[in-house]
Amino acid sequence: MDMAVIELSRLQFALTALYHFLFVPLTLGLSFLLVIMESLYVMTDRPVWRQITRFWGKLFGINFVLGVATGLTMEFQFGTNWAYYSHYVGDIFGAPLAIEGLMAFFLEATFVGLMFFGWDKLSKQAHLFVTFMVALGTNLSALWILIANGWMQHPAGAAFNPATMRMEVTDFTAVIFNPVAQAKFVHTVSAGYVAASVFVLGISALFLLRGQWLPLARRSFTVAAAFGLASSLSVVVLGDESGYALTDNQKMKLAAIEAMWHTEPAPAGFAAFGLPSNKARETAFEIKIPYALGLIATRSVTGEVTGITELVEDAKAKIGSGILAYDAVEHLKLNRADPAARASFEENKGNLGYALLLKRFVADPRRADRATIERAAWTTVPNVPAMFWIFRVMAGLGFFFIAFFGLAFVFATRRQFDRRWFLRAALWVIPLPWVAIEFGWILAEIGRQPWAIDGVLPTFLGASDLTVPQLWTTIAGFTALYGTLAVVEVRLMVEAIRKGPEPVAAPAEATPRDPGGYAPLAAD
Amino acid sequence: MTIPLDYEVLRVIWWALMGVLLIGFALTDGFDLGVAALLPWVARGDEERRLVINTIAPTWEGNQVWLILGAGAIFAAWPFVYAVSFSGFYLAMFLVLSALILRPVGFKYRSKRTSTRWRSGWDWALFIGGLVPALVFGVAVGNVLMGAPFRFDSDLRLHYEGGLLGLFTPFTLIAGLLSVAMLVLHGAGWLSLKIEKGAVLERAQRFGAVAAVVAILLYATGFAMLAWGNIGYTITSAPHHANPSNPLDTTTAQVAKGWLANYASYPWLWLAPLLGFLGPAIAWAGIARRQDLLVFAGSSLATIGIISSVGASMFPFILPSSIDPTSSLTVWNASSSHMTLWIMLLVTLVLLPVVLIYTSWAFKVMFGRVTLGDVRSNPDFY
Repeated sequence: MDMAVIELSRLQFALTALYHFLFVPLTLGLSFLLVIMESLYVMTDRPVWRQITRFWGKLFGINFVLGVATGLTMEFQFGTNWAYYSHYVGDIFGAPLAIEGLMAFFLEATFVGLMFFGWDKLSKQAHLFVTFMVALGTNLSALWILIANGWMQHPAGAAFNPATMRMEVTDFTAVIFNPVAQAKFVHTVSAGYVAASVFVLGISALFLLRGQWLPLARRSFTVAAAFGLASSLSVVVLGDESGYALTDNQKMKLAAIEAMWHTEPAPAGFAAFGLPSNKARETAFEIKIPYALGLIATRSVTGEVTGITELVEDAKAKIGSGILAYDAVEHLKLNRADPAARASFEENKGNLGYALLLKRFVADPRRADRATIERAAWTTVPNVPAMFWIFRVMAGLGFFFIAFFGLAFVFATRRQFDRRWFLRAALWVIPLPWVAIEFGWILAEIGRQPWAIDGVLPTFLGASDLTVPQLWTTIAGFTALYGTLAVVEVRLMVEAIRKGPEPVAAPAEATPRDPGGYAPLAAD
Repeated sequence: MTIPLDYEVLRVIWWALMGVLLIGFALTDGFDLGVAALLPWVARGDEERRLVINTIAPTWEGNQVWLILGAGAIFAAWPFVYAVSFSGFYLAMFLVLSALILRPVGFKYRSKRTSTRWRSGWDWALFIGGLVPALVFGVAVGNVLMGAPFRFDSDLRLHYEGGLLGLFTPFTLIAGLLSVAMLVLHGAGWLSLKIEKGAVLERAQRFGAVAAVVAILLYATGFAMLAWGNIGYTITSAPHHANPSNPLDTTTAQVAKGWLANYASYPWLWLAPLLGFLGPAIAWAGIARRQDLLVFAGSSLATIGIISSVGASMFPFILPSSIDPTSSLTVWNASSSHMTLWIMLLVTLVLLPVVLIYTSWAFKVMFGRVTLGDVRSNPDFY
């Protein structure tokens, strides 16, 4: 197979997924912020909350459509660029995607139209219900896509069937209640909530700095500070490393993040700094915080975190067993009833994927010599320096957001909306959640390499039978189209923010405050 | 777990469900595509264009999900079909995607600035977003009928031996243009229900009348080519219908009039093409007699008839291979496992009715004709 086709297919997938994921987090979080704001409108009946909901709703809309537009590509891309992958795991992987369409996409797409066009056609309560359905739909869609992605990291509930030459489902509940998927879901949607809170807080800070739309800005600031604080705690505490102790590849991911070349006695230390090298297989200038890693990764003082070298040794044994499974499959191709081959297959089928790793070096894995097996075993180690640093940037930003929102929350509760240094800082913080989120995606995906499906299918076998010119055509096309749309989107966002909200309808702020009702969140 | 339905029964059910999803897409998002393709031609000036756009703006997004769900369901239930058709028609798929990507942004962003250049630019983007998918989907169906140049090796790895230009042959072009005519007619049918009486409606119906006649002519030509054009396939040997999905076990052959064989065995199948011809005729009569509901009913029947006739002609084929007799995909060799088909059927039986309920509610909330008065006064309109 042509490695250029594989690399270009990966590049296209990364570009389109990372781009899609610029818009999704804001949709995930802003939809729930809209629900909170509109609930306040329905409960207090104060027109300013309607103005607030409609203003952030407008920004939500500009962002939402690009999420939808680029999501189309994602739904088609497994088939267009990863045909063998689609065949090999479609029996399991296709199901969550189809359920996502039925349960989530219909919900968000149908109700989003009513959200924008239903203001004068629906009662207040009905409109709030519609907004809530949009939020529910977007978040459910994250659930199903992460069940699909979680299965790639931890392929539970499936087995290879030699009669169809693919993975088939054996236990559907194991696919759905995959612990890796659960951890990923909570972590990812929380990250989206953080992004949206930072977005709302930053723009509110801008309005406060300029002295514009103050009633809107103060209330939005307060809502975002509270929601952001809760979300930033959730994103760190429920980080998806909680699933890392589960499987070999997840263990490898953890070892790579920590650049832990050898197993250490429990509880292992956490490397705060270091310069790891895949070639030298060691980390230079390491600074370790004792015990911390063992506590984080295993949630105990006795749990052992396995090192890279030990995991590679395991992989070598699995390749040996995988070669037997591969040989059995080749015999079963000729005669599906061959009892000896069937027995050997049943014994070794769990390791079939490890034999496929050898296909990078030899056409027939059964011909591989010791040196090739050694080489293939070491390909199970992902890019350690990249993992090490990407994780540290992401996690560092996670802790930063907790402090940031903690401060914002204090200011909001004390109604100190005049701390200009903080307001200015809040503007600069706006891009940071996106950095953390994109890093999170990169970490999860390069951490899974060399596998497309952990232990089952190497990435380099998954691609379609395409040519390099075909791939360059689509990469250039998507880049041009997406690039243009990004420029347009950002400009429209800036214009909408400059223009600010619509004026508040008639009685507005003139109405005296109702002392018995819900207290306003901020003085005007 | 024992599964109460046989594998072959589930395969037929999922074949039918695939048809339901594709028809659901063509019936709902089909008129959005048609309306977008008509936009620059039937509406002059910004107000008229906004009139047309706002007939579909609140509901098109939900309609498009039929397509996304269609792709997801084919992935889940027919992974071979998903893999072969999406990667085989690679650049055609890219064309469709690029065109479809223009729609959500087109609808939303057009209204954000008032300059004429900005708005007419997005109008043409919407036109492309309507026309190109309609055309390419039709061409793709034409290629499915012709068979595609692919084969599997013993690992069931797919090899495709063709490019973008090979997709365009006289027959597939006819299929593509038929799809455009059908959806333009359906777009005119939708506008007949959704915009106030006036100049725009009349122009739309004039286009609709032409599209109806063109659809009938192209559909007839297509059928004539099936009868005399040496198109069609037959299964020469196949394992039991409940065997594991493996295309290599089936042998097929190209045979003239192959796509008409089902009609000879089951004459009631003629109902589908009959609808395909009657639908446009009914729509045409509706336009002539100014009965707006009849226009939409006719265009809907046309869509249902034409798409079902493809399924009726090809069953049990889904995607024949034109270069390898042991690679064709059929209902009996290209599905997911028994278990997956069963679980996905349960999920669909629970969720699809819920979807239909709230979708109907959404259409009910937005019920009624859009007027130029609304366009001028409603701040939420695009």
